[in-house]
Amino acid sequence: MKSKIEVRGLNAGFGSTHVLKNISIAIPENRVTAIIGPSGCGKSTFVRCLNRIHELVPNAWVKGEVLLDGKNIYSQEADPVDIRRRVGMVFQKPNPFPAMSIFDNIAYGARIHGMKDIPKIVERSLRKAALWDEVKHRLKDSPASLSGGQQQRLCIARALAVEPEVVLFDEPCSALDPVATAKIEELILELRENYTIVIVTHNMQQAARIADYTAFFLMGELIEYGETAQIFENPRDKRTEDYITGRFG
Amino acid sequence: MRTRVSLSPFLKGVSSDTVFQFLLACLAVLSVLVLAALLLRELIIGAMPALSAFGLEFLFSTEWNPVVGEFGALPFIYGTIVSSLLALLIGVPLSLGIAVFLAEIAPARLRDLLSPVIELLAAIPSVIIGLWGIFVLAPFVREHIAPVLMEYLGFLPLFKGPAYGYSVLTAGIVLAIMITPIVSSVSREALLAVPRLQKEGALALGATRFEAITGVVLPYARGAIFGAVMLGLGRAIGETMAVTMVIGNSPQIFTSLLHPGYTMAAVIANEFTEATDDLYLAALIEIGLVLFAISMVVNIIARAITWRYLRVPGGS
Amino acid sequence: MLGRKLKDRLFTAFCIASTAFALIPLGSVLYTILAKGLSVISLEFLTELPAPAGQPGGGFGNAIQGSFIVVGIASLIGIPLGITAGMYLAEFPNSRLSRAVSFTADVLTGVPSIITGIFAYMLVVLKFGGFSALAGGVALATMMIPFIVRTTEEAMKLVPWELREASLALGAPRWRTTLQVVLSTARFGIITGVLLTMARIAGETAPLLFTAFSNRFWFDGVMQPVATLPVMIYTYAISPFEDWHAQAWGGALVLVAMILALNIGIRLVAGRRWQ
Repeated sequence: MKSKIEVRGLNAGFGSTHVLKNISIAIPENRVTAIIGPSGCGKSTFVRCLNRIHELVPNAWVKGEVLLDGKNIYSQEADPVDIRRRVGMVFQKPNPFPAMSIFDNIAYGARIHGMKDIPKIVERSLRKAALWDEVKHRLKDSPASLSGGQQQRLCIARALAVEPEVVLFDEPCSALDPVATAKIEELILELRENYTIVIVTHNMQQAARIADYTAFFLMGELIEYGETAQIFENPRDKRTEDYITGRFG
Repeated sequence: MRTRVSLSPFLKGVSSDTVFQFLLACLAVLSVLVLAALLLRELIIGAMPALSAFGLEFLFSTEWNPVVGEFGALPFIYGTIVSSLLALLIGVPLSLGIAVFLAEIAPARLRDLLSPVIELLAAIPSVIIGLWGIFVLAPFVREHIAPVLMEYLGFLPLFKGPAYGYSVLTAGIVLAIMITPIVSSVSREALLAVPRLQKEGALALGATRFEAITGVVLPYARGAIFGAVMLGLGRAIGETMAVTMVIGNSPQIFTSLLHPGYTMAAVIANEFTEATDDLYLAALIEIGLVLFAISMVVNIIARAITWRYLRVPGGS
Repeated sequence: MLGRKLKDRLFTAFCIASTAFALIPLGSVLYTILAKGLSVISLEFLTELPAPAGQPGGGFGNAIQGSFIVVGIASLIGIPLGITAGMYLAEFPNSRLSRAVSFTADVLTGVPSIITGIFAYMLVVLKFGGFSALAGGVALATMMIPFIVRTTEEAMKLVPWELREASLALGAPRWRTTLQVVLSTARFGIITGVLLTMARIAGETAPLLFTAFSNRFWFDGVMQPVATLPVMIYTYAISPFEDWHAQAWGGALVLVAMILALNIGIRLVAGRRWQ
């Protein structure tokens, strides 16, 4: 299995708080990898280190290596702006830009990176996000007119428009109802063909449904990582078993 | 919870709570609403002789010749508008640059150190800025800024010489300095109020900081920033002392910014005590009425906008 | 890609430059005041009457005295009215009257200062036939009231409703609750607001130009014109005499020192308290 991202000895935190402790993991290309674990275990911090968003918070620090296609994204020569284009992110709470129309939200990223033929890019991204039919006649409207689930799919389309190689999902469905959640899960399965997906989720059933690989984090450490089926049916570590069977978390 | 006040048959049955609320309400009405009404009333009464003598053409006439009894307010309205617009033109970009620096670029400690320092500028009385304007800024404009403008932009009627130190340009610069504290501090608050999720959303798409700030953060805060600019405009329109000390006080409309001018507030300050007859005084008060009306409209718009987006601290 | 990086750098440079640029006039003003004003300050300057035009020497003693008196008169009028109105807005915020008063007060803070001078002129100078310290006080009070209303309202609104409810639940009437519980809890914020407003009006010139007017002698009674620091600075600054210019800078130093000391002092104390 080819690794898209290889994490080696990743440590991260805020000020004196040490959130991630020596994480080493290989994220396979064109697969869905789920990160599960109880609240506060460092899942969000972990993915935010993969696209260098974590370091933007005051007092945040990172140590260790994250290799994207073999090159360390934290090296001196690496350009965070370019990394963030290649590694996209969909946030927990949908965050469409309110000062722009639906069309402009998606076009924003494409325009910044000098991509041509914007209307085509917008349509393609909206189709990939399974939102085109619902908004094609009101592209000039404000995103505030969309439901929560639609807004999240808009954010996915926006992330896809800049043609990333990896898409990180940080608990994308926690603010959505079950129907919207199902739509997004379906979408993620479709995207898997062309993108490497990492999804943080506190919902184990979701991980079981859509992830090829699952990693279990606890208190900042990577406890166990393997194929989803193996993690849920045959966990090797007792802590993993306890979490999965609901003994805590 | 309520004690009965039985001072007299008239007040029997009225609770002390109601009396208290009523008394406070009366005082509040007196202090604010009655004050405002009285202010307006006295302005109108004072301006009445001129209002009835000149009618509407007062606002459009350019002849200000008190000696022969000719009174036209246009030079002052023009001067107020031009100097205020100049203040916005210079001051708003500066203020936004400061706001972005303090809200988005500077580390928190630097922001906490510099913000009150910039607001200190607002605490310096207008007459002292004017004093500095006379002896430091005006000579500087005359010797260093005006020559440069005349050399490179002198083909425009806006920058025709000769250069006077006391000019509309100098007044515009002084006003820009004076409105920068309030425009930058309200804008800074507006930027700090933009949810982090928005900025991160832009950066996560691979935007540079410039692209994230100009594409997403500033537009998100644009309502409150517009309110800040209106507050600055209101301040510039009503500013008296610093302007009258550097603008040259000449009731003529020149196209060149390097020439002197006059504003509504400045002419009142300068000529009120010189007004020899009732009509002269009434004309000045009518100018005051116009100034009051214009600045009230601007301020109402500004406050309505900032109330909607931000709570503006007490008149600061 | 290079173009984008360049724009980012230029933008950052512009923002830093703007901030530095804004500090230049501040630095220049403070520096000039010190450079030109320090040499003028002496005991004579602070305590003596101004010398006749053209003659050297003399001082701003009467102007300093007059400023205190006029600000004092304004405060006597403005503080009680402002605080009670602010109290009303904080304690009974939900009526139409309350919203009308709040909005009007907010808008009144933007009245150009020269207009308050015209107002006091019509109300006091015309009625009593002459310039007076009282008229100056009325003009400044008109400026003060809206600011004190807002700062008092805000200070009292910071007091949580639970505190009022606790007092009312003990059977205390509303007026006791407001005056003895809320007011005393908010007293620090109210006093800060009052002091900051007083510092602000102490520097105002325009409202005094044709109300308190000016006087070459000591304070002579509330119905007489009186010298004030800002007006004196203005008069001397625009005069044709060089030594009057120098004295204007001296007066400016005194005024700025008083106002800045008050502002910085308030902010330091307030800052520590809100830690």
